[in-house]
Parts: sequence; structure tokens; C-alpha cells
Amino acid sequence: MREVAIVAAGMTRFGELWQTSLRDLFVDAATEALNAAGVDRLDAIFVGSMASGQFVGQEHIGPLCADHLGMAGVAAMRVESACASGGMALRAGFAEVASGLSDLVLVAGVEKMNDGADATAVLATAADQETEAYQGVTFPGLYAMIARAHMETYGTTEEELAAVAVKSHRHGALNPKAQFGRVVDLQSVMTSTLVADPLRLLHCSPVTDGAAAVLLCPLRDAKRFTDRPVKLIGSGVATGAMALADRADPAFLDAVQLSAERAYRMAAIGPGDVHVAEVHDCFSIAEICCIEALGLVERGHGRHAAPSGETALGGRVPVNTSGGLKAKGHPVGATGVAQVIEVFEQLRGEAGDRQVADARFGLTQNMGGSGASSVVHILERV
Amino acid sequence: MPSPRYWREIPGRYRLEAGRCHGCGKVVYPTRRICPACRGAEFEPVLLSRRGRVVTSTVLRVSPDDFVMESPYAMAIVETPERVRLMVQVTDCEPSTVQPGMEVTLEFRLIRKEGQSGILCYGHKAVPVVAADTARSR
Amino acid sequence: MSGIVGYGAYIPRNRITSEEIARQWGKDPRSIQRGLLLEEKSVPGIDEDTITISVAAGRDALARADVDPQRVGALYIGSESHPYAVKPSGTVVAEALGIGPEVHVADFEFACKAGTEAMFVALSLVDSGRVEYAMGIGADTSQGAPNDALEFSASGGGAAYLFGRDRVLVDVLETYSFTTDTPDFWRREGQFYPRHGGRFTGEPAYFKHVEAAARGILARSGLKPEDFRFAVFHMPNGKFPLAAGKALGFTNEQMKTGRVVTTMGNTYSGSSPTGLAAILDVAEPGDRILITSFGSGAGSDAFVLQATDLLPSRRELGATVRSMLDGPRRYLTYGEYAKYREKIILNH
Ligand SMILES: [Zn+2]
Repeated sequence: MREVAIVAAGMTRFGELWQTSLRDLFVDAATEALNAAGVDRLDAIFVGSMASGQFVGQEHIGPLCADHLGMAGVAAMRVESACASGGMALRAGFAEVASGLSDLVLVAGVEKMNDGADATAVLATAADQETEAYQGVTFPGLYAMIARAHMETYGTTEEELAAVAVKSHRHGALNPKAQFGRVVDLQSVMTSTLVADPLRLLHCSPVTDGAAAVLLCPLRDAKRFTDRPVKLIGSGVATGAMALADRADPAFLDAVQLSAERAYRMAAIGPGDVHVAEVHDCFSIAEICCIEALGLVERGHGRHAAPSGETALGGRVPVNTSGGLKAKGHPVGATGVAQVIEVFEQLRGEAGDRQVADARFGLTQNMGGSGASSVVHILERV
Repeated sequence: MPSPRYWREIPGRYRLEAGRCHGCGKVVYPTRRICPACRGAEFEPVLLSRRGRVVTSTVLRVSPDDFVMESPYAMAIVETPERVRLMVQVTDCEPSTVQPGMEVTLEFRLIRKEGQSGILCYGHKAVPVVAADTARSR
Repeated sequence: MSGIVGYGAYIPRNRITSEEIARQWGKDPRSIQRGLLLEEKSVPGIDEDTITISVAAGRDALARADVDPQRVGALYIGSESHPYAVKPSGTVVAEALGIGPEVHVADFEFACKAGTEAMFVALSLVDSGRVEYAMGIGADTSQGAPNDALEFSASGGGAAYLFGRDRVLVDVLETYSFTTDTPDFWRREGQFYPRHGGRFTGEPAYFKHVEAAARGILARSGLKPEDFRFAVFHMPNGKFPLAAGKALGFTNEQMKTGRVVTTMGNTYSGSSPTGLAAILDVAEPGDRILITSFGSGAGSDAFVLQATDLLPSRRELGATVRSMLDGPRRYLTYGEYAKYREKIILNH
């Protein structure tokens, strides 16, 4: 297997981008990545998208993306794993390069969520349709049940949940591409509208348009495209029971733990070596559960991390320096790639006001549904 | 929901018919081709008890379009004595009173309507035992 | 002799008081309570309909009978609020109860007497030997138009009766039906609310048919009002059954157990069958019971019943009507009621 590097990145601003279509979102992000590397040809494109068919009625977006990038003819395919589609696309692109099938691969994620579709209903298609969606559950509802189980098991409080959102907004306010550039205080999170008890509006990631793209090549070729490549040293994918009811402990994300174990083993590092992490905080409770499953904190201790500052910028292991899904925004299929871009910039020392000093190892974790699929990548500064 | 897809699930939805794995005894609801515990492929049908306990719960205040008239409504994961867990709505009560540990019965209810002219979809919902008549829970 | 081998009733847990409805329309609540003898009524939940009520009642009927549902050869549901205009309620109920597919199923409609019709046909099939067990159900979630007198009474609920020949809880001693064409109350296809002929629903409709059916069955059975411990007449409101019973020579004492309308409301096809269930919840072996239904359009079915020694022990296996009327309830505001009865128009 060849060593693989990320050599360039491109990303649209995240938000309600009324003027920009699905195809143009992709082209904007992809072009930025290609220009950064000075590249005008590709061997393959992998594009992650959860639900382009439901959001804008467009399936078959592999060729659409290649065509609009002016590269009809290039191998292109879509990867889907609900909100983990972007992370899974990176996994596919990584394997493509590592295996020697292709030398120059663009991995992108794109979602156009604000084009008139009922986002709640579309996202609910990532739940088990026969046993969950049939009964009327929504994603906020599923994560609310995870939150209540966590509160029941570990004594997690609403204030601790709210502290995660406060931290995300503080980070997001430093990110010019974030959907929300404002800070929020604990009080406003705790008094925001209830969506699914105990989760309130400010515990939930928003509905977002956006795209993100990274360029992969064999490490040995990386210097042709950049003087600061970042090495992809670990990739782990795992699945868990599809329906939340079928998990032994609804407060624990087994698939996240398993995907992390696989990535750590491949990278030959442990959670204690991670200097910066982007995790899938689609809801405040998700960040708490993810950092536990990733081993960044002990099981049951995730609730203390945000209030203590441990996971804030300047803390022991800064988590979601980009603002996370919560403040940066969550264009579902693009999220996994956008996470990688944040860590790519951190390891290259390009994160500006959000820079984590001297970060060598960074981790991204992206999950689908209520945690039935998870993908973890570990990146290292070269 | 297209009617063939609804019709196919009638035994599980109407009668809480589950499958007991011949290999390891695990009860699976709805029944499956392959046991998630032992990968056994032989099941015998069993009827779940129409009662259980709330494992975790929430109150949905923003609902999918088909459930707008019902919101806010409680949803819970309920574990039956067969150690099967179901995702169900909890009805006939103040939604905010539904909490982990609560004892419930499972009653046959209308789950959703397919728009103004589509089929009516039935199944089971939980009712807190304090509200239900205990004689109904066998 | 064939008879009732199992029975069950179901009344939704939501209530709205006459006072709350009266307040909405600027009416005097006391005049309603005095005039119609209605305190409150049950309101089906947004997830309840004739089918779900029938399943709940049918499950208790099977439990009390302790009969394998596969031996039930016929299932009839009488209602004027079948959820589908075309497609039977009975098929859903049969599948949910584990009955069939070797079963004869039909939905009946005859305004408020569709329930006793279903019972009559079920009984007759068992009598004839055509089937071993047959279930007849009366259930409704009827609508009364806003600011109509019916709004104070139209409620939800029902009862199921399983008929058989062995281990009978209640013998059926006699049946009688009386029917004429009398347009006192109707609902045309496609209309949401029923309409009625005002005071025409009384003397030429309700009283004529109920009294004729009761007199007819008394004559046929050779029994007098004093031979009965209990009597129940269809309950469109609190007042009509009392007046009819009194004209026939029955006392308030005989009628009070089955006259559940004051706190249940008029459950239409479920009305007299649920009143009967309340009586079976307390009747002693040997007690004779008269039930007379009424359906607009118009007709009445009457049954003379007698409790057997088995009734007291078997009834323990299901929920009593009183436990549902007096047990946990949720009182709704008119606004909640309007939402539950889908009187609010949503964007779809
Ligand atoms: Zn097994």
C-alpha cells in the first residue's frame, strides 16, 4: 500500500447560499483545491452526498460534478453514508490512491439543503424507515433519546450540554467560513426553543449549503503540489446497529469506538497523541458521546470536557476548532471533508486565530444516522 | 407509504409478532432473515407481551409533516419482558411526564395517515401504566 | 344454547365537559346538563378510530373467552365512522386480533344500531351452526358539527361480543328487531358531519322504534319489566333512554348501571353495547338483562339476556367499563378538542 498525502483543499463558505446551486457549490470548492495545487487534470473524483436526490431531485452526481468541473471523461462516483458521506468519500479516495489505482484524486463533499425540500423529512431517511421513521421519530428526537440516556446513566446536565454549544460558537466566531459567526452564552442556549427534550434549538446543527474538496496523491509525489503536505496515516470505518433501539447502550456510540480503534491501530498512535480533533457534533450530546467513544476522554466523562475548557482552544485537546457542525454549519454530505480541511489547515499552521500550537497529529470523525456508521481519519504533519 | 411496503409488515405491526432465534433464543423484532446475535437463520414466531419499560425518551416538538397534528408528542425506546426494544410513541398522557423507567402498556393505534387520501397506517404505541388499565396489558 | 362467551369494551381516556363546549358557544352549561343530562363525553385521541377501539375491545373479549382467535369464523363491525369509505375496518381488526384468514368479515352501517346488528348476525351464525365462534363489535368516533346539539354528545368508544355455544357467560334468550324508513338523521357520502331533523328525531323516530322493539321482545318472551334486573336503551343523550324506559315500565334502578351516557357521551354504534358491558361487569348469575338499541333511519334491535354462573369469574380477565369511565382521564380544552377531532385545517 502506498502512503497517501493531502496536498490541497478548497471549501465554500457554509450557510444559506441562495445564489449557488448544488453543481456550482461543488465546482467552487473543487476549483479552489485544484488551483491551490496548480492542477488541471485528475484521475478520479469521489463525491460524498447524502441526499442530493431528495434535496434537489438530482441523483447521478458523479458525472454531473466531473462535467461541470470541465472534466467530463474523468472517473467519478458518489459515495453515500448519510451524514458520514464526506468522510466515507475520503476513505474511498484514500484507498484509490493507496492501492495504486489512481495517482491524483479529488475527494469532495457537497449538500444543497436550502432548495425548498423538507430538511427534517429528508434527514429522517437516514433512520431505520420501518422501525424508527414509521413511528414519527426525527433526528433531533433520536439524539434527544441518546442525551436522556446519557443523563440517566452519567448524570449529565442540561448545562453541560449547553456548554458544548457555547464552545462551538466561540470557535466558529473565529472561522470566516462558518455559518454562525457569533458567540452565544449559556443562558441563551438554555432558554432557546425546545426541539426534542432535552435538546433545544441551540443544541442542534443548522441546515446548511456548502461543499468541500481535498486533493490526494501518493506521498512521494506530494511536493510537486505543495511544500506542506499532510499525511493520511489512519483510516477506520465501522458500522453499528441501524436502529437506536437495537444498541446495547443508547448512550454509547459503538461504531465510533470501533472505527477509532481501527484508525489508531493503522496510524500506530493512541488517543493521547491527538493534538486536535474535529468530531461529529450534529447535536451537543453527539460531541460528548463522540469524544468518549474516541477515547479522548474516559467513558462517562465527556460531560466535563466543554465546561472545564479541556476541549476548547487552549485546552488539553481542542475539539471542533472550526466551530464544528454546530457553528460552522452542517451541509451533511460535505461535513466529513470539511472536518478534514480544518485539521489539514491546523497541521499546516494555517488556522489563523483558531491555530492550535504545534499540532502534529489530528483526527477527524464523521458519522451517519444516529451513529450506525462512523469513519475516523488520522492525519500527520509532514 | 406505498401499500405493499405497509402490508408486508402487518404481522409485526398489528400483532407484535417477533422472531425467536433457534440458535441462541434471542427475540428479534421485527423478525429478520439472520439473527444479529448468532447469525442463525431459523426463527419461530412469538408474540411480544404488550407491556414494557421506558429505556429512554424525548418529547418531539418539531415533527415530520405527517405528525404535525400530534405534536408535541412523546417517543420512547421501550423494552418488553422478552428483552426486545421498540421505538414507539407514548400516547394518552402529558408528553413531558414520560421518563426512563416508566412502566407502559402497548396499545393498537393509528400511527400515520398518508396525506389526505392515502392509506391509514396502524401499529402500536405505549401508554403509561398509570393511565392504562392493567387488565389490558397481558 | 348459544350466547356471549366473551366481551370487552373500550373508552378513550380524553374527556371534554359539557361546560367547556357550552363556554365556547356562549351557551348556559347548566341548561345543557339539565336538558340533555350530559356532564362530559369521551374524546378519541388523534390516534384512535373505530378500528383501534374495536381492537382494544376485541382483545378483552378474546381474553375473557380464552378462545383461540383462529376458531373465530365471523367478525362484524358496526359503525357509522368506519375510517375508510371503501375498504373494510374488519380486515384490520381481524389481523390485529389474530383472527382468520378463514373468517367471514363485514362492516355494518345502520346509524347507531350497527353494533347490535353486528351482534345479531354473529349470534345467528353461531346459532345456525355455520361457525363455531363469531364476534360482533359496535364502535364509533362520531363527529357532531360545531355548535350543534350533537356536539355535546358525540363521543368515542365501543364494545365487542364473542358468541359461541360452550362456556357461555350470558345466554341469549330472545331477539327482536323493528325497522321502518324514517329519515330522522343522516350523513350523505362525502359529508363530514351528520345532519338531523331536530325534534323529529324524538317521538316518530327514537321513541317509536325503541318502545316498539322493547314491547315486541317482552311479548315474544312472555317477560315483564319486573322480570329484569337490568335494562339498557340506546343513549343519544341522558334524557331519552330514561323517558323511554319509564314509558315501558322500567325503573331508574334497573337502568342506572347501563346508562353510561352522562360521562361517556353517545358512542353511537357503541352506545347500548357499552352500556351492556357495564351491566355484565356487575351482573350476578341468573340476572336477566334487556338491551334495546336504536339506529336512525330507523330501527331497533332488542335482546333478552341472562347471566350464567361463569360470568363473575371470566369478567375478571378484562377491563371494566367503570374503570375506564372513572379511571385516569385527560380533560381537554375546546382548542385541544378541535385539534384532536381534526377540526383545524393544516397546510399539507
Ligand atoms: Zn441467534
